[in-house]
Amino acid sequence: MKHHILNHLPYKSSFRFVDNISRLTEDEVIGDFTLKEDAFFYEDHFAGNPITPGVIITEIMAQIGLVVMGIFLILKESPMNLDNDQDMFPLLTSTDVSFFKMVLPGQKVTVTSKKQYFRFGKLKCYVEMLDDHGEMVARGMFSGIIKNIEGIK
Amino acid sequence: MNRTEILDELKKILAPYTLDKEQLAAVNEETDLIRDLKINSANLVDIIIDAEEKYNVEIDYDDAEKMIVVGSCIDVIESRLKAQ
Repeated sequence: MKHHILNHLPYKSSFRFVDNISRLTEDEVIGDFTLKEDAFFYEDHFAGNPITPGVIITEIMAQIGLVVMGIFLILKESPMNLDNDQDMFPLLTSTDVSFFKMVLPGQKVTVTSKKQYFRFGKLKCYVEMLDDHGEMVARGMFSGIIKNIEGIK
Repeated sequence: MNRTEILDELKKILAPYTLDKEQLAAVNEETDLIRDLKINSANLVDIIIDAEEKYNVEIDYDDAEKMIVVGSCIDVIESRLKAQ
């Protein structure tokens, strides 16, 4: 199931921020990601002083904490074929994140997400990110939905 | 609980989800949660959960779909309270 979900994340190459899922239940997800030294955002953020942008930290937390769990919960409800459903996309609906430490190129971060609720298609989770020393990088509340956005194109 | 009492309570539930305090103060049964109060559509789920806690009722998917304007929210809460 973990591999199945990793293979079906809709993000590709430079915008996929999940390496491993180490725990996956209906109430909790733990996963990790190692920031690539040559990621596209380091060149300009900041020139000569590469630091992971807060929006990327937020995106890592959302992909592991919300999208992985969201796909897991939806597959449990109805075993749909994600391959044939190219128009289903996970959308972030709100975040409220506090940042505590910088993340530098090459660092590994671990994300733990605890479900607050999953109702009417909306998933809300409390998400924490720790660095490779076990220190808090960021924490916050995340909500999202999976939507069919065929009509928007 | 009559409709006016439910409306007063509902206004308190809606307050954290709208920045438009003038519209909130002027709420009536025709007020549209998304169009008039500019509530994030995903927050409708939070409003339903808050309402369930406040009135100690359970709101199902069919009920939730009806909760578009304040009047229809009151309808749902009223019928759920009666069903208890």
